[in-house]
Amino acid sequence: MTKKVLIVDDEVNIVAALEFLLQRSGYEVMVAQNGDEALQRVESFAPDLVLLDVMMPRISGYEVCRRMRERADWKHIKIIMLSAKGREAEVSKGVSLGADLYVTKPFSNNELVGKIGELLAGA
Amino acid sequence: MKARRKFIFWVAIVFAVLLAVPAALGVLLAAGLPVAEQEAFLAIVSERAPALAFAALILLLVSAGAVKWLFDEYVTAVHALAEQTGVVLGANAELRVATQGGREVAEAAAAINRLADAYRALRRDFELRTREAGARLEEERNRLAALMSELSEGVMVCNAEGRILLYNERAKGLFAAGETAAIAALVGLGRSVFALIDRDQIAHALEKLQRLRQPGAAPPSTRFVIATATGRLLKVKAAPFGDSAGAIAGLVLALEDVTGLLDQEAARRGLLQALAAGVRAPTANVRAAAENLAAFPDMEAGRREQFVQIVAAESKSLSQRLDAALREYADALKAQLALESMRAADLLGVVCQRIGASLGMASGLESVDEELWLRVDSFAFVQALTFLAARLRDGYTVQSLRFSARAVNGHAELDMGWAGSAVASDALSLWEDEPMQIGSEQTPLTLRDVLERHGGEVWYQAADAAGGSTARFRFLLPAGEAVMAPARVPVTPAESRPEYYDFDLFRASGATQALQERKLAELAYTAFDTETTGLEPSAGDEIISIGAVRIVNGRLLKTEVFEQLVDPRRALSRESVAIHGIGAEALQGQPVIERVLPSFYRFCEDSVLVAHNAAFDMRFLQLKEAISGVKFTQPVLDTLLLSAAVHPSHADHRLESIAERLGVRVIGRHTALGDALLSGEIFLKLLPLLAERGIATLGEALEASRETYYARLQY
Repeated sequence: MTKKVLIVDDEVNIVAALEFLLQRSGYEVMVAQNGDEALQRVESFAPDLVLLDVMMPRISGYEVCRRMRERADWKHIKIIMLSAKGREAEVSKGVSLGADLYVTKPFSNNELVGKIGELLAGA
Repeated sequence: MKARRKFIFWVAIVFAVLLAVPAALGVLLAAGLPVAEQEAFLAIVSERAPALAFAALILLLVSAGAVKWLFDEYVTAVHALAEQTGVVLGANAELRVATQGGREVAEAAAAINRLADAYRALRRDFELRTREAGARLEEERNRLAALMSELSEGVMVCNAEGRILLYNERAKGLFAAGETAAIAALVGLGRSVFALIDRDQIAHALEKLQRLRQPGAAPPSTRFVIATATGRLLKVKAAPFGDSAGAIAGLVLALEDVTGLLDQEAARRGLLQALAAGVRAPTANVRAAAENLAAFPDMEAGRREQFVQIVAAESKSLSQRLDAALREYADALKAQLALESMRAADLLGVVCQRIGASLGMASGLESVDEELWLRVDSFAFVQALTFLAARLRDGYTVQSLRFSARAVNGHAELDMGWAGSAVASDALSLWEDEPMQIGSEQTPLTLRDVLERHGGEVWYQAADAAGGSTARFRFLLPAGEAVMAPARVPVTPAESRPEYYDFDLFRASGATQALQERKLAELAYTAFDTETTGLEPSAGDEIISIGAVRIVNGRLLKTEVFEQLVDPRRALSRESVAIHGIGAEALQGQPVIERVLPSFYRFCEDSVLVAHNAAFDMRFLQLKEAISGVKFTQPVLDTLLLSAAVHPSHADHRLESIAERLGVRVIGRHTALGDALLSGEIFLKLLPLLAERGIATLGEALEASRETYYARLQY
């Protein structure tokens, strides 16, 4: 069965690139532009993995991550946080809030696809 | 009083003796007579009683006169002689005793004066020798003090108790800049360093240094950063020095103002963070799109176009971000260049020297603003000006240059002018882009490079038609901030020793002894004086000026003074203005008393107060206790009372009179500081005289003051 990935980012350019990349890599892709929409899509789309940008207006990626991890039925969903912030403290914050992986921008497309594959294979 | 009682006693004795002789004769005579004749004798005597009484009165007057004469000629004169001799011995070797009284007393006085001459000669000789012996040591010390004052770092040395025993002007300046200049005075000899630097910091440093110290190894040092009361950040480097026994005897503290440095550092860090944060996201977008383009060459044309657009747009935004960050942090980047603050006059002085030495051209300064500072890379800038001078000489036979500089709207305008030939209008723009070459010396830098590096400009101004001004190159440069120059201590030969250090404080006996039992000679004092609107504090008169000076280890520290005018918030009477000469306009905008007293209190906190007629000044201070919140509870010594204790037979204890008596030069009277200095000097002269009378401790001095008659004067 095709695995489902939800991309959450408010920047259309990165979303366009990621959406294309993941579709070509064989995933079913859904996009959310902000935190609220992200939580709705998790409910309706039931993704296997969420690519979550940290810096978003209103509800930040950290907050989305925290709320997702409060739901027992969403425990299995993998979360990769994407961030333009690369400080040690921010990475550990993301990980301690329940992200499976913290990737700083810019990243390599190949590596990102590889990581997604690894996470979903282990699931 | 004593003298009068003595006088009456002697008159009584003489009178009694004079009466006793005829009375005894009468009794003897009458005893040998028969009874009838005795009665007749008694009748005669009682008949003549008024005459006899009159005779007795005459006798009384005669004896009083004789005793008075004897007293004047011998007793009082000898008293005066003794007192004056005491002054000669104790305070003023120039004084000669007055020869009044009996011939014998006059002879004694003359002998004393000869003795005084011999004493003076001996003392001068002794002083000369002492001076000679001390001169070399003094010179060394002065050299140290001069060296210290030249340092751009602040330096303080304190003993193990934390008492400051050496500091330089820069150190004082670093802790200064309070509301009143007096805050700076808290850096002072004998003062506690803990008022400036937290006790725990120093204790921690000492502990650490103690641990690090190893015999034979280089002395350790430790660093920490402190914040001053005015919010300045100082980097402190503390190094210990040992006594002969090897224990830590004190600390040398080197102070550096790092407030500005930290600001620059923060700005640079900010630039890095802004760049990192701002660049990551767009780079990610470009990279993701570009990698898609590379990885999937088969993608449809619409997609391809979309990703190419993304790459273009994101790279553009990236370069804009970069530009913005660089613009915003331009100052932080500039600070990394070797720009330093330098006085325009100094820079141009170097230029003139250089032009003379390497080009053989005459040059000089005219109208250079002494207070103008520049931010320049002095080496490159001197090179640039010399290069221009060389071009002028070679191309236009200019032989002599004049420089001037002034501040214009936060910039510095520097003119390089010459008389005679005008240069071609495009000459400067050609020279600007040539690599600078002066003789055999060449650099790849151009004049334009140097100017850009400074954020400066240069243009050519032709001489005006009337010939009123010369042709010139005008430079516009950013002005720099004045670097606080170490103030030089005027060291006059008479005052051989600058008062920035006192190594005798090493021997300070510490606070273990009760204050009352401390020797007068080893206490710290604050001699002070106030000027007021009038003489009646309780009737609303107010302080308008406070002056004070510290006395430590028997030295008047003229560099540690407090001087502050005070707004009295009331009108000044004409009579008082006539005395102190301070007009209402001088007091306008000065701080009010409740602001001044707390800083004055800090100035004199750890010392004994000294004032002339102290009761008067103290009354003013006491009346302000409630409003200012400070209470002056330290012991107070009054030069008026002490003078009276030393010279009870003199009736005149006004400041000038005591000064004259003790050989103290009177200058600057009727300013608070002038009078404070005068009472301080007088106080120091009184100390040996007090010692002569067995008054050596503070307790004894206070007791002696209490006993003096004048102590009963109340304000």
